[in-house]
Amino acid sequence: MPFGNTHNKLKMSYSSEQEYPDLSKHNNHMAKVLTPEMYANLREKETPSGFTLDDLIQTGVDNPGHPFIMTVGCVAGDEETYEVFKELLDPVIEDRHGGYKPSDKHKTDLNPENLQGGDDLDPNYVLSSRVRTGRSIRGFCLPPHCSRGERRAIENLSIESLDVLDGDLKGKYYALKNMTDDEQQQLIDDHFLFDKPVSPLLLASGMARDWPDGRGIWHNDNKTFLVWVNEEDHLRVISMQKGGNMKEVFNRFCTGLTTIENLFKERGHEFMWNEHLGYVLTCPSNLGTGLRAGVHVKLPNLSKQDKFGDILKRLRLQKRGTGGVDTAAVGGVFDISNADRLGFSEVELVQMVVDGVNLLVDMEKRLEAGESIDDLMPEQK
Amino acid sequence: MPFGNTHNNFKLNYKVEEEFPDLSKHNNHMAKVLTKDIYAKLRDKQTPSGYTLDDVIQTGVDNPGHPFIMTVGCVAGDEESYEVFKDLLDPIISDRHGGYKPTDKHKTDLNFENLKGGDDLDPNYVLSSRVRTGRSIKGLTLPPHNSRGERRLIEKLSVEALTSLDGEFKGKYYPLKSMTDAEQEQLISDHFLFDKPVSPLLTCAGMARDWPDGRGIWHNDNKTFLVWVNEEDHLRVISMQQGGNMREVFKRFCTGLLKIEEIFKKHNHGFMWNEHLGYILTCPSNLGTGLRGGVHVKLPKLSTHAKFEEILTRLRLQKRGTGGVDTASVGGVFDISNADRLGSSEVEQVQLVVDGVKLMVEMEKKLEKGEAIDSMIPAQK
Repeated sequence: MPFGNTHNKLKMSYSSEQEYPDLSKHNNHMAKVLTPEMYANLREKETPSGFTLDDLIQTGVDNPGHPFIMTVGCVAGDEETYEVFKELLDPVIEDRHGGYKPSDKHKTDLNPENLQGGDDLDPNYVLSSRVRTGRSIRGFCLPPHCSRGERRAIENLSIESLDVLDGDLKGKYYALKNMTDDEQQQLIDDHFLFDKPVSPLLLASGMARDWPDGRGIWHNDNKTFLVWVNEEDHLRVISMQKGGNMKEVFNRFCTGLTTIENLFKERGHEFMWNEHLGYVLTCPSNLGTGLRAGVHVKLPNLSKQDKFGDILKRLRLQKRGTGGVDTAAVGGVFDISNADRLGFSEVELVQMVVDGVNLLVDMEKRLEAGESIDDLMPEQK
Repeated sequence: MPFGNTHNNFKLNYKVEEEFPDLSKHNNHMAKVLTKDIYAKLRDKQTPSGYTLDDVIQTGVDNPGHPFIMTVGCVAGDEESYEVFKDLLDPIISDRHGGYKPTDKHKTDLNFENLKGGDDLDPNYVLSSRVRTGRSIKGLTLPPHNSRGERRLIEKLSVEALTSLDGEFKGKYYPLKSMTDAEQEQLISDHFLFDKPVSPLLTCAGMARDWPDGRGIWHNDNKTFLVWVNEEDHLRVISMQQGGNMREVFKRFCTGLLKIEEIFKKHNHGFMWNEHLGYILTCPSNLGTGLRGGVHVKLPKLSTHAKFEEILTRLRLQKRGTGGVDTASVGGVFDISNADRLGSSEVEQVQLVVDGVKLMVEMEKKLEKGEAIDSMIPAQK
C-alpha cells in the first residue's frame, strides 16, 4: 500500500496545510489529537522500514467514526512506529487508556496461580469462557505494512513453533488458502474460522492485502486453544471452553502462550514488548496485555436495569452482543469482558472479570427472586 | 533514481520467490502475464514519484477475478508507470486491446464533423445517448497514488478551468464534501451523483483514500455536460441527453473537451497523452480514447435472438444493463457501446456505435414483424 519514502518526499513539495487532512467531520482518537502543527512536525519522518505519518492515519482519515463509538483512527506499521510518532501516539494512548502517561510502566503477569478463584462461575448462567490476546514477532512489520515475503515468514515461523506443541496443546494448522470445503465447514461450525476483513476500519489500513496469502488458523485437537495467523495481528491466541471455569481457560492460556513464546525464542525470535507499552500490537487499543477475557452470560433481568451500564463501568467491564464487537445481545445473553488493556496485568484483568461476573450473576439471582440489588452495588474499581 | 524507496528496498531482503504473489486462483490480465522473471526484473524499480511494482499489481492480487469476466488487475500511479513497467504493461495492453503492439501508433480525432450521420437514431427505440471519457493532468500522480495535496490541486485546477466556460457550457461545481442534502437529492435524481467506490477493484487500488476530500461534480446548467473530478481518474467528462441524436452529443463532447484542454494548457497543464498510448488514464483498459459512446436502446426481441452476441462482436460493440457495468438489463433495454478504446480514434468509435445501433434497430423492427434477419448479419468490423 501507498507511501514509500520517495512519495513521502514528493509530498513535501506541497505545504503542510495543503496535505493536512480534513478532519472536520471526524470523531476518533486520531482526529482529536492531530493538529496541523503536529502534522507539520511528523510528516517528513519515517520508521526504518518506511512507515510514514500518512500510513499511520489513513484509516482514521477514511473512517470519520460514529458519533457514539470512539474508534482509534490509527495503526502501527512496525514496532518503531510507537517511537517515531510518539508525539501523536502518546496522547492517543493516554486518551484511550484512561490517562496512561508516557512515563508509566506496564506490568506483565502471566502466572495463572496468581488468579484467585475463577473455577466456579455458575454454569447455569455462564455459558462459555474465553481469553484472547495478540502477539507480534519482533523484527517484522505489522499487518498494515508487511509485504508478502514478511507475512509468509511470520506464517512459517508460527507453524514451526505450533507444530512442536504437545499434550493438551497438540494440534494442526489450516492455511486459509488450502482449506478444503469440509475443513472450512467444520471450522465455521466450531466458530473458529475468521473471514477476510470487511470492516472499512481494517481495509483502509491495508491489513487485507494479498488475502488469503499467509493467513491461517491453528487449533489443538481438543478445540480449546486456537491461534489466528496474520489476521489483524501477527498472532491472535485464544483459549476457550464451554461453561464457567475461567481458571482453567486462563491456565491453558498462560501455559500455551508462554510455551509458544519460548519456542519462538529458541528459534531466535522474541515477541515485541517493552516496559512502557507492554506487548506491542497493530492497534493502539490493544497495547499492554492485548487481553480480552470474557464470558457469555445470561443476564436477562439485570440487563434491563437502568443501572446496568453504570455497574459495568464500576466493575471496569464492557458488554458486547454474542457475535462479538458491535453485535446485539440475543436472548438476554451478553458477552461481558474487561474494558482495560494497558496499565493492568493479565492476572489483574482476568480477576476483574471473574469477580465482576460472579457479582453480576448474584445480582441476576436476586432480581429473579424479586429482591433488590442496591446493597450489592460495587465501588468504582 | 533521485531518492531511495525505503519500504521497497526493505522488501528486497526477501527473495523473489518469497515475495512473488500466489496467482494460482487468479483470472485477470495481470495474472496471465506476470511471471517470476518479470517480477524479479521489475521489483526494484520505481517511477520518479515512487510508484512500485507491488503498487501496480495490488488490486489484481487482491481480486482474483471472475471465471467469466476478465478484469485488468493492475493500475498506473502516474504517467511514467507505463514506461517503467513496460515489461508487464505492454503484454497486458496487447492482450486487452486486440493485439495492440508496443510499436503501434494511436490516432486521436476529436473533430466531430468527421462523424457521418448519427443525428437520427430512432427515438422510439433509442432512449438516450451518452459519450464519456477520462483525462489526466500531466505532471500529477494518478488516483491510486496521489496525496491529498495533489488531489486538491487537481480539483482547484479543474474548478478554475470549468468555471471559465460559458454559453452552453456554463455551469457549477459541487464538491462532494460540502454538498447540501437538497443538492445531493437533485444530483441523484439527475443520475449525476457518483458514490464512494465500493468495488474492491477500486478500493484495493487505493483510489478511495481520503474520500470525499477533493472530489466533486461539475455540470452545465442544461444538464447535458458533466465532469467528475477525482473519482477513478483526474477528470471524467460526460456528454449526454435523452433521445437518439448522438451527433449532437458527440459535438458537445468534442467542443467541451477541447475547450477544457485549451484552458488547462494556458495554465501550463496539458493532458497526459502520447502517440503510442493516446490519452493516459489510471486503468490500462481506458487507454487510447478512454471513450465509451453508448445508447440505452430497446431491443427486447433482438436480445433474445440466438445470434445477438455474435452480432455485437462483429459490430465491435458490447452490452451492459442500464445500471452500467455489471448490471442486468431491465425491460429489454440495453446499454450498447463501443468495445474498443485503443487503436481507433474517437470519431471511428462513435461511428461504430452510430452505424451499429442503426442496424440493430432495423433488425429489431424486422423481428417485430416476424421477419428473418439472417441477411442483415454484418461482417466482422
